[in-house]
Amino acid sequence: MSKIHLTTTVNGDAVEALVEADETLLDVLRNQLALTGAKEGCGSGDCGACSVTLDGRLVCSCLVLAVETQGRRVETVEGMAKGGVLHPLQQKFLELSALQCGICTPGFLVAARALLEKNPDPTETEVRYWLAGNLCRCTGYDKIVRAVMDAAAEMRGA
Amino acid sequence: MRYEAPDRIEKAVDLLASAAGEARVLAGGTDLIVQMKSEIVEPDLVIDVKRIAEMRGVVEEGGAFRIGAAVSGAELKEHPRLRKVWPGVIEAANLIGSTQVQGRATLGGNLCNASPAADSVPALIAAGAKVIIAGPAGRRELAVEDVVLGPRKTALAKGEIVVAFVLPKRVPLAADAYLRFIPRTEMDIAVVGCGVDLTLDPAGKIIAARMGLGAVAARPLLVGEAGAAIIGSSLDEPALARLEAAARAACRPIDDKRGTKEFRVQIAGVLARRVVHIAYERAKASAKVST
Amino acid sequence: MLDTVAKKSDYKVVGTRPIRPDGVDKVTGRARFGADLNLPGQLVGRVLRSPHPHARLVSIDVSAAAALDGVKAIVTREDFADQPPELTAAGEMMLNYRDVVRNVLAREKVLYEGHAIAAVAAISAAIARKALRLIRVDYEILPHVTDVVAAMAPDAPLLDEAMITAGVTPTPTTPSNIAKRVDFGHGDIDTGFAQADVIVEREFRTESVHQGYIEPQACVANVAEDGQAELFVTTQGQWIVRGHCAKLLGWNVNRIKVTAAEMGGGFGGKTVVYLEPLALALSAKARRPVKMVMTREEVLKATGPTSAARVRVKVGAKKDGRITAAFAECAYGAGAFAGSPAGGGAMCAFAPYELEHVATIGLDVLTNRPKVSAYRAPGAPIAAFAVESVLDEIARTIGVDPIDLRLKNAAKVGTRSTYGPTFAAIGFVELLQAAKAHPHYSAPLPAGQGRGVAAGFWFNVGGDTAVQLTLNEDASVTLTAGTPDVGGLRASLGMMVSEELGIPLDKIRTQIGDTASLAYNFVTGGSRSTFASGMASVEAARAMVKELAARAAKIWDIPVDAVKFEDGMLKPAGDNAGKYEPMSIRDIARQMAKTGGPIVGYATLNAQGAAPGLAFHIVDTQTDPETGKTTILRYTALQDVGRAIHPAFVEGQMQGGVAQGIGWALNEEYVYGADGRMQNAGFLDYRVPVASDLPMIDTVMVEVPNPRHPYGVKGVGEAPIVPPMAAIANAVARGAGVRFTQLPMSPPRVLAALSGQGAR
Repeated sequence: MSKIHLTTTVNGDAVEALVEADETLLDVLRNQLALTGAKEGCGSGDCGACSVTLDGRLVCSCLVLAVETQGRRVETVEGMAKGGVLHPLQQKFLELSALQCGICTPGFLVAARALLEKNPDPTETEVRYWLAGNLCRCTGYDKIVRAVMDAAAEMRGA
Repeated sequence: MRYEAPDRIEKAVDLLASAAGEARVLAGGTDLIVQMKSEIVEPDLVIDVKRIAEMRGVVEEGGAFRIGAAVSGAELKEHPRLRKVWPGVIEAANLIGSTQVQGRATLGGNLCNASPAADSVPALIAAGAKVIIAGPAGRRELAVEDVVLGPRKTALAKGEIVVAFVLPKRVPLAADAYLRFIPRTEMDIAVVGCGVDLTLDPAGKIIAARMGLGAVAARPLLVGEAGAAIIGSSLDEPALARLEAAARAACRPIDDKRGTKEFRVQIAGVLARRVVHIAYERAKASAKVST
Repeated sequence: MLDTVAKKSDYKVVGTRPIRPDGVDKVTGRARFGADLNLPGQLVGRVLRSPHPHARLVSIDVSAAAALDGVKAIVTREDFADQPPELTAAGEMMLNYRDVVRNVLAREKVLYEGHAIAAVAAISAAIARKALRLIRVDYEILPHVTDVVAAMAPDAPLLDEAMITAGVTPTPTTPSNIAKRVDFGHGDIDTGFAQADVIVEREFRTESVHQGYIEPQACVANVAEDGQAELFVTTQGQWIVRGHCAKLLGWNVNRIKVTAAEMGGGFGGKTVVYLEPLALALSAKARRPVKMVMTREEVLKATGPTSAARVRVKVGAKKDGRITAAFAECAYGAGAFAGSPAGGGAMCAFAPYELEHVATIGLDVLTNRPKVSAYRAPGAPIAAFAVESVLDEIARTIGVDPIDLRLKNAAKVGTRSTYGPTFAAIGFVELLQAAKAHPHYSAPLPAGQGRGVAAGFWFNVGGDTAVQLTLNEDASVTLTAGTPDVGGLRASLGMMVSEELGIPLDKIRTQIGDTASLAYNFVTGGSRSTFASGMASVEAARAMVKELAARAAKIWDIPVDAVKFEDGMLKPAGDNAGKYEPMSIRDIARQMAKTGGPIVGYATLNAQGAAPGLAFHIVDTQTDPETGKTTILRYTALQDVGRAIHPAFVEGQMQGGVAQGIGWALNEEYVYGADGRMQNAGFLDYRVPVASDLPMIDTVMVEVPNPRHPYGVKGVGEAPIVPPMAAIANAVARGAGVRFTQLPMSPPRVLAALSGQGAR
C-alpha cells in the first residue's frame, strides 16, 4: 500500500512526511519528525502526555491520524520557548518544582498554555478541571496547579 | 487502510455505500482510533467527514438549532446561543472525556459509537433532538432515541451517515439539564447518566417533561414514565418519589467493572431527582432571560 | 551523636530551592526518556502474551511467523537456559532467578493473563504484530485462582505443584500456594491480651494496585557482531538490569553497558526486568538494534502491581490507652511467583509503637496474577491500613484522642522495635506533637464531614553506592552518581557537594552514570538515593579536598597536614599560617598537570545508618450519603524528614505519596472476571486520581536529623504512602458512620454499606 504525502506545519515550520493512513500524529511527530517531547503514556486519550494543539485546539496526538493534519497547524512543547527564552509556564514549573519525573510535563505545559490563551485568569477549580485529562503520578498536582496559577498571574501582569 | 476526506456528503455516502471491506466514518476519532489501536476494529477504509461543511457548523433556524454531526464538544461550548438555550445538551457534550477529548469528540460520533453510556445521548433524548441521516436512498429523519439499538448497534443502514442534529424551537419557561455519576470527578465513563428537559406554565407547574437515562440498559433510554410522573407538579415530594421510582423501574443494567446493578438502579433515582431540580430552576430563570 | 550534623543555619545551599539541573530539558521536551531514543536500522520488538490465567504450554510453533517477510528474529523459552533457584536483590524485594527466567518468558506453564510467551523483532510495528498472530501456541487450560484467600484454601488450584510452605514447623507434607511464612515480635501476646480492658479484632481486605508510572517500560538494545551490547532503558537501577540480563543470557556482565534513560516514574516498579533480556536476545540474533515499548495494557497486565491482601489484626489496650498486646497476620498475594512484601508488612505493622507483647505473621501467597513488584514502602501501606484503623477504633471505644493514644505508645530512641532491632534514631514523638499542634487538627469540622488520622512507618535503606567527582580544568566540577534521579536527586547531590567544596551550585554539573562509568550501584529505591548517594557524594568531595590539600602542600612544599580547607580556600595552617597566599580551587585546577595530573574524588560505600521514615496524616472527608462518593476536602501530611536538602522536592515526595494513597483508598483496584482476566487494563478504568479529584496537599516537614548522615538525611519517598488509606477510612468512619475494612472505598461499596448501615 502506498504511503500518503503529508504536508503540515509544526511549530511554525512547514514539514513533509510520508505516512501510513493509520499512523497517528503522535507516531509521526516522534518517529519521523524526531519531536519526542510529546509522550505516549496510554495510547487511548486517558493520560494527556501526548497533548499538542491542532489549529490552536488542545488534543491528544495519539487520537489524531497524521493524515488529518494535512495543511493544518500543529504546536508541540518544543515550540513553547521562543528565541532562547522559556515560556512563563516553563519558567514557573522550574521555579516551583512542579515536576518530578518529568514525563507528564510536556503535556501539562501544552494544556496549560491552551487554558491561559482562553482564560487568562482561571480559578484553582478551573485549572484542575481543565487539566483533569493530564495524569501526573508523582506530584499530587499541588505544585503544578500553583505553577499554572502563578504563571497566569505573571502573564496578566506582563 | 485507505483514508478519504471528502468535502461533500454525497461523496461520503458513495464511499461508504460502495466500500468492499469494512468502512468507518471518522469524526473526532476519540472512539474509532482507540478501537483501531486495540485492534477491535480494523477498517479497510476510513472516511473523515470533517471537511464536509454541512457537518461542521451550528445554524439557528427560526429558533431551532441544526448542529453538524462533526462539530466538537469544545466548539459547541463556545457557541453562546446554544449554551444559553440548551445548557443540558452542552454540559453533557462537555463531559465526554478530557479537555483534549472535547477538542475532538462530536455528537455524531458519541451517538454512532452506540455505547449505552454515551454522555450526550440521554441529554439529546431529553431535548427531543432528531438526527438527519443521509444515505444512498436520500435523506431521512430519526428521533435520537431510535438510533441506538444496542451496544455497538445502530439503526443506520449501509452507506448511511448522521449529518446533523436538530434541536427543536424552545418554548418559553423551558430548560434542560444533565447529570452523570462517575467515581472520580472527571475522565470516567458514566456509571449512570440522566438528562431532563422541562417546560413550565407561568405558575411554575410542569407541563412537559422528557427524561433520558444512560448506562442503565443496553441502550440509552427515553423514560416516558419518569416524565409523566412529574407533569402537573411543581416538584413536590410525591411527584419526586414517583419520578425516582419510574427512573429506577426503567433500569435494566448489568454488573460490570464500573458498577453493580443495584448501584446503578439506586443512582438512577438519585440523579433523576437532582437533575430535575436543576432544570426546574433553569426553566424558571429562563422567563427573566429569554423574552 | 547529633553534633556530627551541622546546624541548619551553617548551610549556604542546603535548605534552599534551586532549579534542578535537568529541569530545562524536562520543560522543553529535550529530556530523553526510555522510548525517546531511535537508533539507525532499529527493529521493533513485540511480545506475544497469554490470554489464559493458567495453562500448560504444550507447544509453541513460530515457523509461520519466522517465514514472514520483515521478521528478523524470534525468541521463545528455547532461547533461554533454565536457571537454578538463586535469590537476588531487586529493589526492596528478593527475586529468585529460577522465577525471573520464567517470568520473562513462560516455560512449563503460563501463570497469569499477560504472561510473555515469545518475542518478535521486525522491520515495522505492523509486521511485528502480524508475526505475533502467526505464532501457534497449544495450551492445556488449567483451573486458576486469582483471589488471595481462595488461593490459600486446601483444594485451590496449585501454581507450583511442588511448593511446600517454608518457615513452618513441622514442615508441611502437602504442597500449597503459600510459599512462606515469616514471624516477628516479642513478649507473649496471650499474657498481653489478658491484661487488656478492651480488645478489637478485625479482618481487612485490599485489592492489587499498580505503581501507575506514566511512562511504560521501554528500552533499546544494540548487540554488535562481537557480542558487545548496549542497552538504553528506563529503570531505577542500571546495574540490576545489567546483572539480571547477563545472568539470563549467560554473558559476562561487562559485555552489557546499561544507560539509564530519564525515567518517567517507577515507584518500585522499575526494579525488575521484563523486556530487557528479550530485546538483548532479539538484537543478538538479528544483529540490529531492537526497540521495545510496552502498551499501557501490557504494563497493567504484565508488570508488577502490589499485593492484594487479607490482614487480620487484634489489639488489646488498657482504658488509659496503653496497648497491652498486638497481633497481625498479613497474607499477601505474590502473583505468579513467590516474593510478596508480606514480610515488610509484618515488620512495619506495629513498627511505630513500643509494645511489650507483639506478634506478627507474614504469609506469601501465589495467585494467577502478574508477579508483584516493589511499590513504594512495599507491604507497609496494607498493614498500616489495618492496624491504624484498629487503633482508631480503640481510641474511640475508650474515649481517648487518637493522637494521644499514639503518643502513649510511641516508639522512641532506644525502643526495641516490634521487628527486632533497637531504634537509634526515630522522630515519632516530635512528629505526633507537631500534628497535635497543627491548626488543621483543631479546626472546626462542619456536620457531615469526618476527620481521620493515621501514622506510617518505613525502614529506609542504604546499600551499595559509588560516586565520582572530577575537577575540571576551569575549576568546575562534574559529579557522576549511579542512582537514577526520580525527583530532583541531581540537584540535592550537587547542593551537598556545593556545601562541602564551597563552590556555587552552578559550577557543579551532576549526571547519572552508565554501568561502564562507575562501580556498582544498587537501585534508586528504599528511599535511599539522597541518603546513600548523598553520603557518597560528601565522601567523594572530602576525598577531593584531601587531594586539593596535597596539591597545595606540594606547591608550597609543606606537609599535607599543614594545609587546611576553609571557605572554599586552601590555607597554610599551624606553624605555616599566613606564610603563603591562600589558594582557591581554581588556582589548584590551573596547576593540576604540574602537581600530579587530573584530580578526582571517588567514594564507594555500602551506606549504613539509614534512619526510619515516619509519617502522620490528617484528612477531612465528606461522603455523599446518596451516592457513596467520598470527597477529600483537606489534607495535611506531616513527616519526620531528617533534614530537607531541597525542601520543595521533599514536599513533592510527600504530596505524591498522599495522592497515590488517596487513589488506593478510594478508586484504584485490579478487577478480575471469573475468567481470571483483568477487566480494567487501561487508565480509563484503572482510576488514578486526576487533578480535579484532589485538594492542595499541605505539608509539614519535621526535621529530626539523622545523626548517621553528614547532612542529617533520612529517606522521604516512601513513608508518605503508608498512612492515607487508614487516615481516610478513619475519616469516613467518623464522618459517614461506617467503618470500612475493605479497599477501595469505591462508591458502590460505600453505598451498599451505608444502606446496610453495617461495617464492610
